[in-house]
Amino acid sequence: MSDNDQSTCRALLGFLSDYVDGDLSEELCREIECHAAECEDCRVVVDTLRRTVSLYHVLAAENSEVSGETRERLFKTLNLEDYLKQ
Amino acid sequence: MIDSQTEISIEALRAGDRHEFARLVDTYSGVLHRLALKMLGNEPDAEDVLQNTFLKAFQHIGGFEGRSSLSTWLYRIASNEALMMLRKRRSETTFTDTAAEEDEDRISNPVEFTDWCCLPEEEFLSTESKAALDRAVQHLPETLRIVFVLRDIENLSIHETSQALGLSETAVKTRLLRARLRLREELSSYYGERLTKGAKNE
Repeated sequence: MSDNDQSTCRALLGFLSDYVDGDLSEELCREIECHAAECEDCRVVVDTLRRTVSLYHVLAAENSEVSGETRERLFKTLNLEDYLKQ
Repeated sequence: MIDSQTEISIEALRAGDRHEFARLVDTYSGVLHRLALKMLGNEPDAEDVLQNTFLKAFQHIGGFEGRSSLSTWLYRIASNEALMMLRKRRSETTFTDTAAEEDEDRISNPVEFTDWCCLPEEEFLSTESKAALDRAVQHLPETLRIVFVLRDIENLSIHETSQALGLSETAVKTRLLRARLRLREELSSYYGERLTKGAKNE
């Protein structure tokens, strides 16, 4: 963040989550993009923040099923053994 | 696996239909287990949270009024169970509760400015990298972690996350931003190192 416009960096920081989610107004998007074109630190923050979020989205898209053993224990605790094989 | 194609009938659940409960468990155990695991960081605790979540759901289905969707309602129970387990675990150890002392709304300025986006794709897909991603989530204070997990891992909307946690949408957005910025800092230091190593090896 350069010294001369740190207040802009700080003000835009609050909008970055909405920005990477694509939930920000066109006007504010343009403001962030114009600023990031001039401020290398903010450009890096925006790019790496977007990358951070997307890495977790990729991880989340992987299989989330519980293992067979966990399912079995769960059904037994819940008194649902009769339905285990269905 | 029980048929999970047709929608779960809340009427059947209320009437105590065990087959329908079994379908509910099969439909939601995967995502609720993942939530618990990301919150607790270990398998036995995650499994306890999962079991308690369904036990509570069975007990309280009569009180489910449909103000939120069934899945948001289950996420709400699971989030509470996970947070309770964390608090219980903390009270059994020491009193190092830094999370509660922190100002919930304060957004810290970034300090890491390494651009690691250009690392080769396989670097991000390695087992080691995935472990680093998980570790970073574990390092978040739990009030931020739960918001991040619901929104960015479980893919709930801001509105659903606010319903699941009983928070305002503004509070969810602030915590989400703080969580993401903290993760960015930690990943910047992790991937920054990989970047330096890569450059040395060339």
